[in-house]
Amino acid sequence: MPSAKADALLRRALKPAAWVGCLLPLAWTVFDAFTGGLGADPIREVTHRTGFTALTLLMATLAVTPLRRMTGWNPLVQLRRLLGLFAFFYACLHFAIYLADQGFDAGFIVEDVVKHPYVTVGFTALLLLIPLAVTSTRKSIRRLGKRWVKLHRMIYLVAALGVVHFYWLVKRDVTQPLEFGAVFLVLMALRLPLLAGSKKMRPARSPSRSSASPQET
Amino acid sequence: MLIRPPSDVPSSQITPERLYFNRRDFVRTAGMAAAAALVTPAALAACEGGAAARAARQDGALGKDDEPTPYKDITTYNNFYEFGTGKDEPAENAPRYLHPRPWTVTIDGLVGKPGAYHFDDLVKPFRVESRTYRHRCVETWSMVIPWQGIPLRDVLRRAEPRPGARFVELTTLLDPRQMPGQQSSVLDWPYTEGLRLDEAMHPLALLATGIYNRPLLPQNGAPLRLVTPWKYGFKGIKSIVRIRLTDRQPATAWNKAAPNEYGFYANVNPDVDHPRWSQARERRIGDWLRRPTLPFNGYAAQVASLYAGMDLRRNF
Repeated sequence: MPSAKADALLRRALKPAAWVGCLLPLAWTVFDAFTGGLGADPIREVTHRTGFTALTLLMATLAVTPLRRMTGWNPLVQLRRLLGLFAFFYACLHFAIYLADQGFDAGFIVEDVVKHPYVTVGFTALLLLIPLAVTSTRKSIRRLGKRWVKLHRMIYLVAALGVVHFYWLVKRDVTQPLEFGAVFLVLMALRLPLLAGSKKMRPARSPSRSSASPQET
Repeated sequence: MLIRPPSDVPSSQITPERLYFNRRDFVRTAGMAAAAALVTPAALAACEGGAAARAARQDGALGKDDEPTPYKDITTYNNFYEFGTGKDEPAENAPRYLHPRPWTVTIDGLVGKPGAYHFDDLVKPFRVESRTYRHRCVETWSMVIPWQGIPLRDVLRRAEPRPGARFVELTTLLDPRQMPGQQSSVLDWPYTEGLRLDEAMHPLALLATGIYNRPLLPQNGAPLRLVTPWKYGFKGIKSIVRIRLTDRQPATAWNKAAPNEYGFYANVNPDVDHPRWSQARERRIGDWLRRPTLPFNGYAAQVASLYAGMDLRRNF
């Protein structure tokens, strides 16, 4: 545990730092777009980058709870919703670019989603993220209670589908998708009762705003 | 599936084969030695007048939407797994590691005159021609590339194929020090490719030595690479060290890696999808919107007869 002063500072810096971190990939891409850094096929590059960032942020979202448990530092939980919503944001960008890439041709897009499993899986993951994003407000958490926890366990499925989506689309070099798969499995393993330690969380040291969020998911 | 002849091209408009077979004589007689630097089908057709030019455009020559891709894009956006699987890695690594000179190319197998040639000696007997071709990658992007090179069939003829020869097998250099990507097992090294002998003898098949009148850069397959514009880009084997004639269909790199996804023929075909993605459209590098992919990449009039009666869905 850091000293009380450092702890207070960290608490305050946590969210702004996360905002900056989450917006960096976008800023970087915009910068590259204006400086020719996106290469010969900018649409393909931006599609890849937004998808990659969405998947990375999904993993980061899943890392919050194990990290909090391991460090015992509860303020981390504030990051979970923020990271999850940014994952959704990048997934939406990813999908919007895909739609534009298909020239918004509805017939072609429907066929692509139905016929090509990697598209089906990616599209499903995005659809499943929508209810999670919509019910991420404090109000929904309170209103849905235990059902909220159940609903938001769907993030596990979304992350798994995201990894499969990546794995199925690469031509040959599956190194990166497999790395995501490994990270996902580790994050899931850390949730097993054996590795997660005691079932009940220690109560937060002070009843902060973050304690309003429901049980770990 | 039977080959669909392009309905919009009446047979009367198809460029006669002799135009290709005798293109050198044609150029010489016409006293067009200077123009010979640009012996594309379009240039030939232009010499013959308007009607032929129109026909040439329809049967594979460049259309008005086929602007040559900028040199920078052609030389920085590459698939050459011997130097890494990222598109930008070959441009970064190949010039650092690959030494395209001295370079020896062995021609052997079922030929009357086998031999090992220094690159310069291999090319010297032939006139280097310019051919601007469309290039369609199996990943659904495409370019227009002004190649220089020598027709593969000229090289094969000089080696005197024996009667039993039915296929040509081409092999890339195997040297993990010059090609660091070969230290990974992403493909079965060395990269090999193959053509049926009649495909290899087709006038469009080119052994490229340059792009935009500059020597081929390492990332593009220096010093010698295959160009078969009616096939997907992966057939265009790079940095060739061996050309072998055989009586059996050679094993090819991508077919070995994923036989259900990459066939031996790999003819560009918008009607036969890759198992995982559509091949109906492509993005020309530099364009925002995708365009329809043409059967045989727009070279159907020249090459479709090679595959008459074949089921192109099975022989993908």
